[in-house]
Amino acid sequence: MPATARNLTPKSPEHPLEDLIRSDRIPHIWCPGCGIGTAFSAALTAMKTSGLDLQKTCMVSGIGCSGRAAGYVKLDSFHTTHGRAIPFATGLKLGNPALNVVVFSGDGDLFAIGGNHFIHAARRNMDLTVICLNNLNYGMTGGQVAATTPFHARTTTTPSGNPDAPFNLPLLAWASGATYVARWTILHTRELTECIQKAILKNGFSFIEVLGPCPINYGRRNKEKSLQTLKMYQERTIIRNNPQMDDLDVDFTKQVVLGEFVDKDRPTCIENYDKTCRILE
Amino acid sequence: MTGDEACAEGALAAGCRFFGGYPITPATEIAEHMSKRLPEVGGTFIQMEDEIAAMASILGGAWAGQKSMTATSGPGFSLMMENIGLGVCTETPCVVVNVQRVGPSTGLPTMGAQADMMQARWGSHGDYRIIALAPMSAQEIFFQTITAFNLSERYRTPVFIMTDEIVGHMSEKVIIPPADRIITEWRPKPSGRKDRFLLYKPGKNGVAPMPAAGEGYNVHVTGLTHDEKGYPVMSVEAQEQMMDRLCRKIDDNLDDIIMTEAHHLDDAEVVLVSYGISARTSLAAMQQSRAMGMKVGFLRLITVWPFAQRQIAALAERVKALVTVEINLGQMHLEVTRAAAGKTPCHLVGHAGGTIISPDQVIATIKEVY
Repeated sequence: MPATARNLTPKSPEHPLEDLIRSDRIPHIWCPGCGIGTAFSAALTAMKTSGLDLQKTCMVSGIGCSGRAAGYVKLDSFHTTHGRAIPFATGLKLGNPALNVVVFSGDGDLFAIGGNHFIHAARRNMDLTVICLNNLNYGMTGGQVAATTPFHARTTTTPSGNPDAPFNLPLLAWASGATYVARWTILHTRELTECIQKAILKNGFSFIEVLGPCPINYGRRNKEKSLQTLKMYQERTIIRNNPQMDDLDVDFTKQVVLGEFVDKDRPTCIENYDKTCRILE
Repeated sequence: MTGDEACAEGALAAGCRFFGGYPITPATEIAEHMSKRLPEVGGTFIQMEDEIAAMASILGGAWAGQKSMTATSGPGFSLMMENIGLGVCTETPCVVVNVQRVGPSTGLPTMGAQADMMQARWGSHGDYRIIALAPMSAQEIFFQTITAFNLSERYRTPVFIMTDEIVGHMSEKVIIPPADRIITEWRPKPSGRKDRFLLYKPGKNGVAPMPAAGEGYNVHVTGLTHDEKGYPVMSVEAQEQMMDRLCRKIDDNLDDIIMTEAHHLDDAEVVLVSYGISARTSLAAMQQSRAMGMKVGFLRLITVWPFAQRQIAALAERVKALVTVEINLGQMHLEVTRAAAGKTPCHLVGHAGGTIISPDQVIATIKEVY
């Protein structure tokens, strides 16, 4: 490039989330058409606009594509073992209750190998915000069946279709005692960002399910191009706040319900521990 | 108090303020004692949903800035192995107590053994170094728990206390010194510009300073192979550098880490090697053999890992035989044999677990090899 042309090239504008991203780790590993980046930036935007002290805010991830989020956020960030983000985050929060702890991980990580930890953290009402990017399969390992894969969907380990039923994650979260539960798709970024912000600012166990496409590993095997998935997110979803919790299955052959499903208050794990176990002076 | 209670009191004296546990015989009393005592001293106890979670939680607690601990027995130790590896890889100080019972599997839950010694060394996948101590009494478990915390803070690594059901459940007199007589160490803290801080750049003793979450260092902590900054790097070179750092901080400080106790080694013709509860058997066997006129010595391993290779190798040069006494079918015996390198015959007095070894059994072997 001649010198004059170089001088004329405008300086590329700074990314609005520059201060929250480890730009020295970009490019990220996420595939073209993947939904994680959108959910990730919604989470970062929510953190930034929430007014929280970001120095006291941490992100904890497990293993998988979504688990890589902790590696890109310029906060104290912990990329733990497979399924164990929540118990690690529990120790972090109990070790220093002044920290705001956000868990960002995938459906395979949080609900198959980590399922037990999820229900117990919700039961205790641990003051965590858990954001689950649900792409309906194990993307990192090449597209195997997950605890969230729809009935009959094809994956590399269900070549004739998934014989099992998937979890209804909001129902599971609600039944386990979560005090805030919402679901959006990556197409609904505004609502998603608002709900994440609400969840972060709320005391207690908050859970946000984000539906995002995995065109390379899931879409390809289920005749779903990236854009088609997004079209489904637009056309076959309905927003319904406070719905019947057992109507929340992710089944795009019918309608998938999005919205804010639970928003209630009960004492957190730490509040209960302090009241019950500590000797009052 | 019992060994288990003394262990818990030792942890509190060391400054432990977070315990994530899960009940298991014969370690439950440690969790019970911590659940009562921690809130009294401003700490936090939580009973997690399993040992996997317990181990994960104490790593989180450590990164929150607390001295953290868990306690378990064989089956739980197996479950903890995954996150013990994370603790080693991320150089997270914490203490894990294994009150050993008989295995494999559920085994004999209420009976003692020392059969997790190799699991302690190699239980988590991959290459690594580990520090493990083995106390022989309630009084010693109190002090060793403090030492374990100090070593874990000094070397930024998980440290094990490999005790057993017998020490754990035995009631003995324990003297707790005043707090100002107890030396407690803390992980080195970073200084200098926060934006230039490197999470794994070793300091003087090969150990990097460690900030806590929330202090403004924006640390990235990962179980992936990482560089000095903590960032994942998928290369053979990065793996070599990381492993070199992880191993050297232990290997270069063996004199500081390895503690042994020598009894009558100077004139000994046969030397017993033992640790934990079997050290008491060995002491008795040594004394009785000496009374019978046999020159028997005893090397007690206080630190079992890293192994006291140099001490054993030196003994092997000049004694008639080495006899390892342990409640298993030969684990540290393998290490003794390896370190002796064929210079002297190595024998094992051990059994499949469930009871203490009697001094008579040891004396019988001494007589055979003397």
